[in-house]
Amino acid sequence: MDVRKEIKSKKKLGDILFENLTLLFALMLVGLVVFIAVEMFIDSAESREKFGWGFIFSSDWNPVKEEFGALPFIYGTIVSSLLAFLISLPNTISVAVFLSEVVHKSVRTPISFLIEILAAIPSIIYGFWGIFVLAPFIRSTIQPFLQSTLGFLPFFQGPAYGTGLLTASIILAIMITPIISSITRDVLKAIPVSQREAAYALGATKWEAIKMALLNARSGILGGAVLGLGRAIGETMAVTMVIGNKAQIKASLFEPAYSMASVIANEFAEASGRIHISSLIEVGLILFGVTFIINSLARLLIYSVTRKA
Amino acid sequence: MRESYILINPSNLMRRKIVNKVMIALCVLAGVITILPLLYIFFYTTQSGISSLNLDFFTQLPKPVGEEGGGMANAIVGSLILIGIGALIGIPVGILSGIYISEYSKSFIATIIKFTTDILSGVPSIVIGIFAYGVVVIPMQRFSALAGGFALGILMIPTITKITEEMMKLVPQSLREASLALGVSRWKTTLRIVLTTASSGIITGILLAIARAAGETAPLLFTAFGNTFWQTNIDEPIAALPLQIFIYAISPYDSWHRQAWAGAFVLIFLVFIVNLMVRYVTRNKFTS
Repeated sequence: MDVRKEIKSKKKLGDILFENLTLLFALMLVGLVVFIAVEMFIDSAESREKFGWGFIFSSDWNPVKEEFGALPFIYGTIVSSLLAFLISLPNTISVAVFLSEVVHKSVRTPISFLIEILAAIPSIIYGFWGIFVLAPFIRSTIQPFLQSTLGFLPFFQGPAYGTGLLTASIILAIMITPIISSITRDVLKAIPVSQREAAYALGATKWEAIKMALLNARSGILGGAVLGLGRAIGETMAVTMVIGNKAQIKASLFEPAYSMASVIANEFAEASGRIHISSLIEVGLILFGVTFIINSLARLLIYSVTRKA
Repeated sequence: MRESYILINPSNLMRRKIVNKVMIALCVLAGVITILPLLYIFFYTTQSGISSLNLDFFTQLPKPVGEEGGGMANAIVGSLILIGIGALIGIPVGILSGIYISEYSKSFIATIIKFTTDILSGVPSIVIGIFAYGVVVIPMQRFSALAGGFALGILMIPTITKITEEMMKLVPQSLREASLALGVSRWKTTLRIVLTTASSGIITGILLAIARAAGETAPLLFTAFGNTFWQTNIDEPIAALPLQIFIYAISPYDSWHRQAWAGAFVLIFLVFIVNLMVRYVTRNKFTS
């Protein structure tokens, strides 16, 4: 009896140890996210105390005079990400429909493989391509076209730099397309085939069946798109290379602008004053907060569809 | 209700068929328009990269402005060191937390941890850079490979956690039961049976995380900082391939641009090979 008990208790000890070891590491993840937030909150104390809420609403960013306001960066981030979101949403849905419903498997497999690769390509390469291919193309083709057709609108006026808000939005739209379309395809897969078969059995056309699947998957698709939006907001290198890096708020989409991530990338290593670094960390804290909220929302939307499958 | 009315009304049939054709055509058109730039980026970079790549790229140090030639040997070694440090942090944390989510996933804590993993994978990499700056650079009083590797390690964790969880969940329950029925304790079953069976998938997941980390630039800007000379000490600023590409890409010199394209190609090639492996391994998993 004693031996048996001993064996049993030993086994249990090993199990308890192992479960708690893995739990410890898993909790480290939770702790890490909390620690990131706390650390940035503490390090930005100086800037938060000096500027208060005015930091978000002031557009004066002057390291020499030590005056810091993040409005131009917040504006640049929001406008470029939202534009990217709006450009890529209809396109990614059609890519997902195109790949999952229309083309033959022999076309789908290589194309979806390439899209997977493009989701993993470093953002610096997108930025590099943006400088050398996209920016000249916008300067020489897109901008003259938009100005000759919609030039009366304030959004499309101004000189041709090539780099600016619109260029950043387009590169972001291209970058988030692979992410959104792969999630859209996963979500569409989670919609039972029987639903589509039922629609066909009732005499629905192909488009009507697809429309029904899209409607049923809408919250998941939106979740994927919002996830892409979160990615766009935090995107650093590609945006830094094509947005023009000028802290200003102008109506024209062709004007150079600045984003939260870009200003950190450009100024952090060279920042000398304590208040300058503190302000940059506060920009990082805002960035963290915004992406945290947006990603939570996206995940909840995606779970709501995929959990049912 | 409105839908069903349309379905039974034959006079609408023609209109519905036209709408069907038009919408499918629009989907195909928009799909092609979206896919084309993606393919263009891929092939443009590959082509510019291959035409600029030579042996010197892998063996030489960067040359000063105006001198032709040179390479990124120090940046490649630097990236390897940074990834090595990152892997030491990312792999154990990633695998162990992945095991917890997969094997003990009934608890409420596991749901929170899963959610946190998703959140962590969405934290902008530049924010991780700031974090590494505060935790490693400030106490050490200087930029270092250690700080850069620390940032890359954190970025690797969510990818590895996720793939460990997914791969271990693919292992049939019957294997676990067979092992437990033979009297093997649960933790040994997890390590010796489940983890071993899932290992090929987990290894490709690790490679995927490494390939991503290899291309990360933003978190290295103010942690590893970059270096134009040989440097292998982990407590000194160190060069990294993506950092070097960034500096060269925004420079006004043609010869530097060519070097940057070559570097970009090396990164794309890495991503391509790793994704090919992932696809190969996961396909075997799903068919067996």
